[in-house]
Amino acid sequence: MTLLDVLLEPLGYDFMVRALATALIASVVCAVLSCWLVLIGWSLMGDAVSHAVLPGVVLAYIVGAPFALGAVVFGFLAVALIGAVRDTSRVKEDAAIGIVFTTLFALGLVLISITPSQTDLNHIIFGNLLGVSVGDLVQVVVLGAVVLIVLLTKRRDFTLYAFDPTHAHAIGLNPRVLGAVLLGLLALTAVVALQAVGVILVVAMLIIPGATAYLLTDRFSRMLLIAPAMSAVCAVVGLYLSYYLDTASGGMIVLAQGTAFALAYLFGPRHGLLGSRIAARRRRAALDRGRASATPSTTTRGQAGASDT
Amino acid sequence: MTAALDVTDVTVHYGEVLALDGATLRLDAGRICGLIGMNGSGKSTLFKTIMGLVKPDAGTVLINGAPPAAARSAGVIGYVPQSEDVDWSFPLSVRDVVMTGRYGRMGLTRRPRPADRAAVEEALARVELTELADRQIGQLSGGQKKRAFVARGIAQGASILLLDEPFAGVDKRSEATITRLLRELAAEGATILVSTHDLQALPSLADEAVLLMRRVLLHGSPEEVLTPDALALAFGLDVLSDGGSR
Repeated sequence: MTLLDVLLEPLGYDFMVRALATALIASVVCAVLSCWLVLIGWSLMGDAVSHAVLPGVVLAYIVGAPFALGAVVFGFLAVALIGAVRDTSRVKEDAAIGIVFTTLFALGLVLISITPSQTDLNHIIFGNLLGVSVGDLVQVVVLGAVVLIVLLTKRRDFTLYAFDPTHAHAIGLNPRVLGAVLLGLLALTAVVALQAVGVILVVAMLIIPGATAYLLTDRFSRMLLIAPAMSAVCAVVGLYLSYYLDTASGGMIVLAQGTAFALAYLFGPRHGLLGSRIAARRRRAALDRGRASATPSTTTRGQAGASDT
Repeated sequence: MTAALDVTDVTVHYGEVLALDGATLRLDAGRICGLIGMNGSGKSTLFKTIMGLVKPDAGTVLINGAPPAAARSAGVIGYVPQSEDVDWSFPLSVRDVVMTGRYGRMGLTRRPRPADRAAVEEALARVELTELADRQIGQLSGGQKKRAFVARGIAQGASILLLDEPFAGVDKRSEATITRLLRELAAEGATILVSTHDLQALPSLADEAVLLMRRVLLHGSPEEVLTPDALALAFGLDVLSDGGSR
């Protein structure tokens, strides 16, 4: 079997084509959003919101409303409750997050257990890439497009919000609105991603790509390219591996992302554990060579190389 | 003449804690004012109130005769944050950060126009950071970091600059560079409020000084404010000898 056969064979099944499309869209949307989440320090918030949307999605299913509506309502409810617990009691924020999202998640589980057609709803928790219907795919495409359009047109505002909300306020922008919009997009993204990997693993797709890109570059604009590219490759690799190894598709995708992060963590040229040491050794060697030849121009180049990178 | 900055009887509570108690401060355009007072004296709260981040329980803030919200929309207020309030590993270049000074003037997507790029380059040249403009913001020295944020205020065209502890962790040479820069900006008409712990350098930096202790204890020339009696009042006697040794 040639490599091309390996790649084409699964695509002979319609369900695999839909699975691949869903995984690609979800991974790209999550990855773009994750760039801001890791920089603002909202990883835990991403975890909380992505779990807390569960009762909203189940309720939406029961009453026949769009999943996105229930998710956004419960996403904001979770954030409001977390803020209320943090601000009006002596409990610190991490505990407030833990209390609120697990309780809402539990509410979702209870709602699932009393709702007929359990099999369908359990897919929300663990994801069911191979069972994505055409209707599910349409929802993923529409929501994903909305999230991406808002994120990319207002990307400079979100970045300023992440970097210096005080300055944003001082020049007349509204950091509160920007934060609220990001949270809304987070809830919508959770709906997109739960089709692919399920509520439990959504948080991986919302943190790992941004964190990986952050290790690989010092430019936010490049993070916005690296994160989705890495995430999409991991989605494809994970899905194909799950097909041939007959393992859980959502789990394989997240494992692929975790592996990619580990590689960046170890071998990233600038901020990687080994990569930064190798680079430092090369710089020292270059400096030594510069000193040995004792021409000022070489020394300057060596130093410039050391400080610029 | 309308004052550039007019703070009248401002009182601010954080819950039970009284942070500002009837603070009154009037600054004319083109003046540099040093804001001194110990930690917890309300310096940061005063800045936040001027920027409208904190709503006073009583009193008013007027900037060029207008309320803070109007001043913010007009891009009048430039802010140089304390070092500890900045995420120095944030993946933005010096030029990117200075460009954020222009956001208030840009369209919906904040896409820079030629005029914005020109203003940013001019501001970078003004603070002598042109050659370091592509560096990630954390890869600057303490003084260069401060200049980068001053450049942001210049690119913004801010007529009121608020600097929160700009000389903390900055060597003497950089401090002199920043002082010279601020004096130039003031000469061009900017009004500058600087909170600082460096009492010795105050006379060379500021036209006037304000001693803050939840309210304005003293407002005059640096020489008038930096008297042992006045400092003892604001800092307590033992801190005075400490300040003298620095």
